[in-house]
Amino acid sequence: MTVLDMAQVSLREVNETLQGAARAQANAAYEIVNPRGSHAVAVGLDGPLSVTVKGSTGYYCAGMNKDAAVTVEGSAGPGVAENMMSGTVTIEGDASQYAGATGRGGLLNIKGNASSRCGISMKGIDIVVHGNIGHMSAFMAQKGNLVVLGDAGDALGDSLYEAQIFVRGTVKSLGADCVEKKMKPKHLELLAGLLERAGADAKPEEFKRYGSARKLYNFNIDHSDAY
Amino acid sequence: MDRTPPTEPRQSWTFSREVNSEIRRAAETGIYDIRGGGAKRRVPHFDDLLFLGASMSRYPLEGYREKCETSVTLGTRFAKKPIELKIPITIAGMSFGALSGNAKEALGRGATLAGTSTTTGDGGMTEEERGHSEKLVYQYLPSRYGMNPDDLRRADAIEIVVGQGAKPGGGGMLLGQKITERVAGMRDLPQGIDQRSACRHPDWTGPDDLEIKILEIREITGWEKPIYVKVGGARPYYDTALAVKAGADVVVLDGMQGGTAATQDVFIEHVGQPTLACIRPAVQALQDLGMHREVQLVVSGGIRNGADVAKALALGADAVSIGTAALIALGDNDPKWEDEYRKLGTTAGAYDDWHEGRDPAGITTQDPELAARLDPVEGGRRLRNYLNVMTLECQTLARACGKSHVHNLEPEDLCALTMEAAAMARVPLAGTDWWPGKPGF
Repeated sequence: MTVLDMAQVSLREVNETLQGAARAQANAAYEIVNPRGSHAVAVGLDGPLSVTVKGSTGYYCAGMNKDAAVTVEGSAGPGVAENMMSGTVTIEGDASQYAGATGRGGLLNIKGNASSRCGISMKGIDIVVHGNIGHMSAFMAQKGNLVVLGDAGDALGDSLYEAQIFVRGTVKSLGADCVEKKMKPKHLELLAGLLERAGADAKPEEFKRYGSARKLYNFNIDHSDAY
Repeated sequence: MDRTPPTEPRQSWTFSREVNSEIRRAAETGIYDIRGGGAKRRVPHFDDLLFLGASMSRYPLEGYREKCETSVTLGTRFAKKPIELKIPITIAGMSFGALSGNAKEALGRGATLAGTSTTTGDGGMTEEERGHSEKLVYQYLPSRYGMNPDDLRRADAIEIVVGQGAKPGGGGMLLGQKITERVAGMRDLPQGIDQRSACRHPDWTGPDDLEIKILEIREITGWEKPIYVKVGGARPYYDTALAVKAGADVVVLDGMQGGTAATQDVFIEHVGQPTLACIRPAVQALQDLGMHREVQLVVSGGIRNGADVAKALALGADAVSIGTAALIALGDNDPKWEDEYRKLGTTAGAYDDWHEGRDPAGITTQDPELAARLDPVEGGRRLRNYLNVMTLECQTLARACGKSHVHNLEPEDLCALTMEAAAMARVPLAGTDWWPGKPGF
């Protein structure tokens, strides 16, 4: 385990070290201490690497992650794991706005709550939130799965494409073109796998599934009052 | 029987034939008109400016003999690897999806032959353009279609698109008929559905956030790549100042004549400012911040010839960018396809239904048969020729003004033909030493 102390080492040095270690494909382990809410910590990692951040981070922690496993032992600022490609990002605390935005793969596991626009424009990522999520989550979400063990705020899944949303608690309101859908065995199986990967203590049968009604897929003047 | 001689039937200026046909179209369909291209209305433009040329107080350079440099370096502020171009004319961002793969390849070939850069668009980076573009600018757009760190790293520069001149404040829509399997795959969406290009970025709002977003991108790419910020011609002074504040290496400023693949006609014609009106406020912002020439300014929107290039540079731009003109150079709207344009209910020069994917010239289409009409090698040659001509024209004008580098052109080399152009360009009305708003008058 190599320790990088951000009270002593610059952000540039931290990321350069981590990116080099990821490229080396050595499965090394790093610990970052004193992150002090720094932005863009552990971004652009491209290879198997274990990174533990001991504290809270600012914007875009683990942005565009590929293959690496990044854990934040604190809370994460806006855009955590944005455009993530693969690997695992775990937040032990809460996540701010746009968690997992445009993510294309991998697992974002948020042990606390996630703020508004969680999973906005997601493109294949799996996101599991153990707490609640804020308004406009999964806005224009294209692909992937958003699992929420708690409650969801207003306008969930607004203008949704093919992403799937599973919520155990209440949904304050659904956004345009987002509807509740039947939970079939294949969905229960998918959800069971996601919950297991996230270490979540919940049963798939407790969830409701939401998806796109697909009425906005091609412009139709008769639907213009939907937005 | 005596008759009063008939008068010539008089058409209304307010309700012209064109206006009336749009009213009928709207009444018939219930949908606003969507089209490609930029503003078609007449607005003050570079044609309203003239170069004064050399005289008693200016010493010209010898044409065909004395050197007039055209090179430009973009991204000198922070990037470890700025982009060095032989000419101050770049190719603007246009997406694979809106354009065919052959068209993207032709743009890359032509730009490379001329020693300049081309730019991706909303839809990601294709092998055609990366493979044939020596210098490729990768656009970072609100939709983030196809966005990935590998392409960020193999780009030569990154352009964060905040807005574009045809539709400042607007997103886009690539209609389902152009969404082939390949386009859909690159965008992570099903085939055949309309694809919305978002109007704002999903994970930042405002210049304070943008500063952090730029930090993230620099950290991912090792601070090597120049970061451009592209804005539409809305509030050029403040947009430029805020882009600089956010950390941009280059500001790309696109006026309302700049094209788009598809947007509402009402948006294209009624939002944004003419290119001519945008340049001086942007340059002023750079000068006020002590950043003119340190943060480079690229101007686009209605650049057609070397005179436009020279005038934009004289007003303070470091380079220009072309989109519509590049497509015309490849063969877009060529009269040789007139019969087919007629079948589509239009005529060569007016064809703008690029979103429908039925382009007879094979450029704004994903139809394999139509796309095959454009030979990317020949297209690249044509674009190279066109870029060369524009460069030669620009040099000719610069030499006439006594400049050994096109960047030495200055507002003092210009006069304006109209009050409007004088006010916008802040150069004297021809025959006077005055322009509207000039301090001291």
